[in-house]
Amino acid sequence: MSRTFSIGGIHPHDHKISVNASIEDFPLMDMAYISVSQHLGAPAEPVVAKGDQVKVGQLIAKASGFISANIHSSVSGTVTAVEPLPDISGNLIPHVVIKVEGDDWEESIDRSPEIVKEVKFSPKEIIDIIAKAGIVGLGGAAFPTHIKLSPPPGKKAEYLLINGAECEPYLTSDYRVMLEYPEQMLIGTKIMMMALGVSKAYVGIEENKPKALKLLKKIASKGYKEIKVVSLKKRYPQGGEKQLIDAILHRQVPSMGLPIDVGVVVQNVGTALAVYEAVQKNKPLFDGVVTVTGGCMTEQRNFRLRVGTNFERIMFAIGGFPKDAVKLISGGPMMGKAISRMDAATVKSTSALLLLTEEETRRGEEGNCIRCAKCVEACPMGLEPYLLNRLARAGRTDDLEVNLIQDCIECGCCFYSCPSNIPLLDTIRLAKGQVLKIIRSRPKK
Amino acid sequence: MTTTILFTVVSLSVLGLLLALILYLVAQKFKVEEDPRIDDVEAILPGANCGGCGYAGCRAFAEGCVKADNLDSLYCPVGGNDTMKSVASYLGMEVAEKAPQVAVVRCNGNCDSRPKTNHYDGYSSCAVMASLYAGDTACSFGCLGQGDCVVVCNFDAIKMDPRTGLPEVDQDKCTACGACVKACPKFIIELRNKGPKNRRIFVSCINKDKGGVARKACAVACIGCFKCQKVCPFDAITMSNNLAYIDYNKCKLCRKCVTECPTHAIWEVNFPVRVPKKEEEPVVEQ
Repeated sequence: MSRTFSIGGIHPHDHKISVNASIEDFPLMDMAYISVSQHLGAPAEPVVAKGDQVKVGQLIAKASGFISANIHSSVSGTVTAVEPLPDISGNLIPHVVIKVEGDDWEESIDRSPEIVKEVKFSPKEIIDIIAKAGIVGLGGAAFPTHIKLSPPPGKKAEYLLINGAECEPYLTSDYRVMLEYPEQMLIGTKIMMMALGVSKAYVGIEENKPKALKLLKKIASKGYKEIKVVSLKKRYPQGGEKQLIDAILHRQVPSMGLPIDVGVVVQNVGTALAVYEAVQKNKPLFDGVVTVTGGCMTEQRNFRLRVGTNFERIMFAIGGFPKDAVKLISGGPMMGKAISRMDAATVKSTSALLLLTEEETRRGEEGNCIRCAKCVEACPMGLEPYLLNRLARAGRTDDLEVNLIQDCIECGCCFYSCPSNIPLLDTIRLAKGQVLKIIRSRPKK
Repeated sequence: MTTTILFTVVSLSVLGLLLALILYLVAQKFKVEEDPRIDDVEAILPGANCGGCGYAGCRAFAEGCVKADNLDSLYCPVGGNDTMKSVASYLGMEVAEKAPQVAVVRCNGNCDSRPKTNHYDGYSSCAVMASLYAGDTACSFGCLGQGDCVVVCNFDAIKMDPRTGLPEVDQDKCTACGACVKACPKFIIELRNKGPKNRRIFVSCINKDKGGVARKACAVACIGCFKCQKVCPFDAITMSNNLAYIDYNKCKLCRKCVTECPTHAIWEVNFPVRVPKKEEEPVVEQ
């Protein structure tokens, strides 16, 4: 029987129109624009300067601070500038700009297609390699993986969960990874289990991906008995950490807590593949699978895309900007971010590029709240979005905190389900930021 | 019949008197001693309850005035110097005169000079828009144009100009309460001295990008060229992060910087129309 999380959730149409497009290598670009802030936490510090020659996989920016990640070059060529350039939101962030010359990889990277099964490192060495390779969570938040794999003292992980739910509509990048790199992904899972010292792992996959479920179950039953592949009901936001833990293990993460508080670490399918490549093939994280999709496109694509490709280049590769498309989203339609600058470039955690037509993006006119409580029913965190919205507009931060606004995961279920088109998520997200700021500014006990 | 009515009236009257007596005694016993001057000071204040003084409302401010040793740190921006003088004379204190202030919008990138690079279709609020991204133009510092400042203004002093897409302050209605300053997520609005005859000069831009980037995003941006600083005879202009700032206490309104600014980012307000000199290009009054 398929499992699922206990409260809330919605069932949007999944629109997985790019499922059958196999992963193809993206043609090499002319210029790479690599941001130094591709992860949660402190931006990395560039270690290259204008005029330097770099190879594919060479370190170009070093992690600074505890929560940070290394950045490696995704191309070979000459650094032409290290300057602030806009990211997808239009904010200026230092980028390393590289003019591409050939495709010269670092010699230490193993580019052979053979699958290396045997892991010959100790847990500590594995975490060091992952930190060096600059791996971040590819599920969206881009939290540095090596920190997630080193639980704080006093806390012990019992389970590792691999998130293959891909509950966002349209996205198929994780699905394609599971189909085309199944064994590599499972080895990556095994490596992370070794690093954490856990003996059990689950891979959660939604029912709408039967091929991936069957394939992974088959491979896991042969060589990876400690990894259990479980089928999940199709429901959004199943891929949220707290929802996935609830669905698979029926454990509830406490308010303001982390998965490690209930002995769980959650990683994404893409992260598992990146870990495999880093540990077994010595390849740092500088590319990822990106779905380029949309109803207005004639051909759906899944690319293996290098970090720092700008969106204009991607549009060029798919044969120009589709006529009907008016909105570009980096990520899925529920939690993705609209791209405001076409000259911005992809980052490590870019999982999809979604092109939507005017019809698909249209917002309905905002009406009055009719107290139907659909948002309350939909909220997977058990919050009351209609109330939070009203309190947020009145600026009542004390009451917002009492009503646990800080637990909002910004999944957008409330906004999706609201028949009056009230922008619940917009107001709640803004107020959540203010409340978190107040909570963090308090002296620690 | 009459006895019933009589009995009812008498018993209710006695009960009423008894309860009134109890209420009176309780009120006397638990009386809250309040300075009677607070009521009088509150009557002097404008009663806008805008919070511009930093207190929760006019009553709280009146309480603050009565309790304070001197009125130096207290100022009612709505009532201005006249009100403060009345308060001071009532309380038997002295008060120094403060220069009246007005809110100025430090962004002049209108639809022509600052072209839109994308279209925002989200919830119409500057705060929400700013939490999502840098804005719908290439300038990440400029006005977002959703009108949060208009919404918070208690005095109807700010309006969006549909021609420019920027807020415009009505200097006669503006009381410098500072509500718009707090509401603007981009920190564009500043309270500045109104100046003699309401004449003032300010840099109408807060773009901290390098000159080239700023200029590309907006034709009227401050590009940090230092020209105004060099020409200023009074050292009123400081440069930091590629942005000029005019100190209104030092500025003597000579208007040299206005003509010098290559992007017309420095504004002069309420000056008479300049007589064009022979060798100089005529400068159009903003």
